[in-house]
Amino acid sequence: MRTSESSAQVDEAEFVSRLRRGDQAAYAELVERSTGRMLALARRMLPTEADAQDAVQDAFLSAVRSLDRFDGRARLTTWLHQITVNACLMKLRSRRRRPERSIEGLLPEFLPDGHQQFPRGPWRAGAAGGIEGDELRAFVRDRIDELPEAYRVVLLLRDLAGLDTQQTAIALNITTDAVRTRLHRARQALKTLLDPYFTEDPS
Amino acid sequence: MTIEQDITCRELIDFLGDYLDGRLEPDRRRCFEDHLRVCRSCVDYLAAYQRTVALGREALASGADADVQDVPPALLEAIKASLRERSD
Repeated sequence: MRTSESSAQVDEAEFVSRLRRGDQAAYAELVERSTGRMLALARRMLPTEADAQDAVQDAFLSAVRSLDRFDGRARLTTWLHQITVNACLMKLRSRRRRPERSIEGLLPEFLPDGHQQFPRGPWRAGAAGGIEGDELRAFVRDRIDELPEAYRVVLLLRDLAGLDTQQTAIALNITTDAVRTRLHRARQALKTLLDPYFTEDPS
Repeated sequence: MTIEQDITCRELIDFLGDYLDGRLEPDRRRCFEDHLRVCRSCVDYLAAYQRTVALGREALASGADADVQDVPPALLEAIKASLRERSD
C-alpha cells in the first residue's frame, strides 16, 4: 500500500514528465495552481504590481526552460518558489534605483562612553491607536517597505522567502557575514520606525 | 582563568543578532548577560527588538497568504499564452 506521501511523489513525477513533454494542459494546470503563491511573494519583494506580475511571468518562462534541470529532490512548489525569488532579484537589479533614506539615520546612536544616546523606554503591550490584527500587520508591512532596499531585500529573503543565511548570501552574491549584518540593521531600523507607535510619547 | 570584561550598550546592541542566534563564545555571552542584569535600557532594547522580529515575520507571512487569492485572470491568461507561444 502506498502512503499518501509517496503517492503524492509519484503524482508529481508524472506531472513533471507531462510538463517536460510540453503537455499544454499540464502547463495550464501549473499556472492555475502556482501563480497565486508566486505572485504573493513577488508583490512583497517588488515595489509595483506591474513589476510583480512581470517577475512571475519571467519565472514561469525560466521554469519551463530549465525543467530538464529539475531533479525531483525538491518539491515542485519549492523549486518554483526559488525561481520566483531569483526573478524578483533580477527585477530589483535592473530597476533604476530610486533615492531612498540612509540606514544610518534609523540605527541607534551612542554617546562616546558607549551608552545609548536616546533610549526609548519599554514598549507597551499594544500599538498606538489600538490598531491590531490585519491592520497592524499591514502597518508593519508598510514600515518594512520604507527600509533601504539592500536591507529590505535581506529581511524579505530571510523572513518571507524562507532562505537561510547561506542561501541569502548566494542569492545576493555577498558574504554570510554581510547577510547577518544587514539583517540585524534591517531589524534595528524597523524597530526605530515602529518605536513611536509602541512607546509612550516622551513629551 | 579568563578575565571577563564589561561591555558597553553599544557593543551589546551591535552584536545583539549574534547573541540571539547563539553565535557568541560562552565568555562573551556571559558578559552580555551580566550587562543585561544591570542595564534597564538594554533590556528594553532587547525586548523591543525581539518583538520587532516577531511582528515583521508575522506581517510578511500573513500578507502573503491574503494575496494568494488575489490573482488577476488576465495575468493567468498572459502566462498561459506566453508558455504556449514558447512551445509552438
